[in-house]
Amino acid sequence: MSTLLLIEQVLNGLQFGVMLFLMAAGLTLIFGVMGLINLAHGSLYMVGAFAAAATAAATGSFVLALVAALIAAAAAGAIVELTVIRRLYDRDHLDQVLATFALILVFSEGTRWIFGSFPLYLDVPAALAGPVTLPGGIEYPAYRLLIIGMGLAVAAGLFLLISRTRIGIQIRAGEADREMIGALGVDISKLYTLVFALGAALAGLAGALVGAIQSVQVGMGEPVLILAFVVIVIGGIGSIKGAFVGALLVGLTDTLGGVLLPEFFALFTEASSAKLIGASVASMAIYILMAGVLIFKPTGLFGGQT
Amino acid sequence: MTRAAMINAALFAMLPITAGVALALDEPFIITLATKVAILALAAVGLNIALGLGGLVSLGHAAFFGIGGYAMGILAHHAQSYTPLMELPFLIEGTKSMPVIWLVAIIASALAALAIGALSLRTTGVYFIMITLAFGQMLYYFAISWPAYGGEDGLSIYVRNGFPGLNTLVPIQFFGLCFAVLAVVLWASGRLARSAFGLALTAARQNPERVEAVGLTPYRLRLVAFTISGAVTGLAGALFADLNRFVSPTMFSWQMSGEIMIFIILGGVGRLFGPVAGAALFILLEHLLSGVTEFWLIYVGALLLLVVLFARGGLIGSLAGREVAHD
Repeated sequence: MSTLLLIEQVLNGLQFGVMLFLMAAGLTLIFGVMGLINLAHGSLYMVGAFAAAATAAATGSFVLALVAALIAAAAAGAIVELTVIRRLYDRDHLDQVLATFALILVFSEGTRWIFGSFPLYLDVPAALAGPVTLPGGIEYPAYRLLIIGMGLAVAAGLFLLISRTRIGIQIRAGEADREMIGALGVDISKLYTLVFALGAALAGLAGALVGAIQSVQVGMGEPVLILAFVVIVIGGIGSIKGAFVGALLVGLTDTLGGVLLPEFFALFTEASSAKLIGASVASMAIYILMAGVLIFKPTGLFGGQT
Repeated sequence: MTRAAMINAALFAMLPITAGVALALDEPFIITLATKVAILALAAVGLNIALGLGGLVSLGHAAFFGIGGYAMGILAHHAQSYTPLMELPFLIEGTKSMPVIWLVAIIASALAALAIGALSLRTTGVYFIMITLAFGQMLYYFAISWPAYGGEDGLSIYVRNGFPGLNTLVPIQFFGLCFAVLAVVLWASGRLARSAFGLALTAARQNPERVEAVGLTPYRLRLVAFTISGAVTGLAGALFADLNRFVSPTMFSWQMSGEIMIFIILGGVGRLFGPVAGAALFILLEHLLSGVTEFWLIYVGALLLLVVLFARGGLIGSLAGREVAHD
């Protein structure tokens, strides 16, 4: 295996990890502040992707498409929070799982109703369609670099938002003691709607960005949602830092596992069966990683108490 | 008889009555639907042991359902292609005999549940939900990427497996078999709930600290419950594969896990016959609505939302009132 290929795969893993972070950050925020497990987070990712694809088809502008994705996902999140999610905060996790699973059914079939069953396509903007040459002579798609950059920028922005702003203080206080900050005059229900919409917007952004690489179709959100769960379990629920580290770990493990494991098994067995075993183990690699983390730290790398 | 008991009896009788009427009217499709209800109810009865009794919200029970399905698929595949399953260190042949397949399905899914449970039960609450979901997904991707047994396309079995003394290809006979299995498992799970183990498990759900204080280990109780639960769902998986004469990775999909859970909720959590009511209602909705609109799941979603938000006892709870509802 050449070093160039390896570096390219590391970049792919980073790009994947950064996307997962956008999903996992929203999930972990929502869980940390409101104590809610939201299976419908993948639907918000899908809403973002569809809004972006529809806007891009109508206007031809990728920037407008991203803006539309953010607005549509945040709006969908706020509406869902106001009508359904709000009633679930005091319920047990089983009710939350079921109600948000029901939301997935409604979102998925509703989207299929509006847009049909065929996938939509969102084109990478022309300026970013080609490769760029990185130091060391590596050719890498400009668009994927943009995703990595945007993901890191959003991560930095989120850290600043949480640690430096008034909203961030309220969010952290909400995680620690929601009754107390309610007593101190913060409008809790408004804060909850805001946090939910923020998480939804992040998911929508991820959906729109990935939509340009993959096809935009119903059901695209759930595989990502489940990976985001793995990320959160590894990182520790409620921790943004954990979500970031977990996302990069999962992104790199998944991407590099697919490349390296078949080569690894080729050291022991003949090429064809090595490829087969390697591919099968690679498909399970992140779950094995998760199981490993759980054995040593049941609350995740950065998690406190469950 | 309390109102709940009467409703249970009526619900339980509804399945064979439906099948019987369908037989008289010569409507084999309806019999097949009734068989599907019995099998899916069986899967949900399995999950209900973990969920209703143990309070373990497993979103990965499709793993056991799929393992049961593949146990049937792999054994029958080798039998129909006359190839041995394994030659070394000793010869294992495929089989077309249901009792053997069931045994293998139960053992395989119990072992998987033991392993997944041992890891997942180290955690509680949301972690547990996410981890069971993730393990289910792991097996799903494994089934897709492992080409020996059809990979993504799945395995077709040409002739339904046999059961001594029955012609399983006759719909009503296969229904009778599945219904009998459901009846036995319902009886056993009712006994389990009232046994010393079941009471301890319920106690571990309600107050784990106190259970520990009297010298029992909640972890061990939950692990046993999770294993039994997985084994029952695995058996249902083997039957489901036999009903369709087809297995594919979709049996492992997380939507499957969600659906099995929906059966319990639609029927009523923690009620012995809840899964039967829920599965019947779900299949009925599927059958009625899918004729009206392609997007029938949207209505199922809306209904589920209403049940969760406003009618927490499910179908049986709304009919029977609250007097026997679990905590």
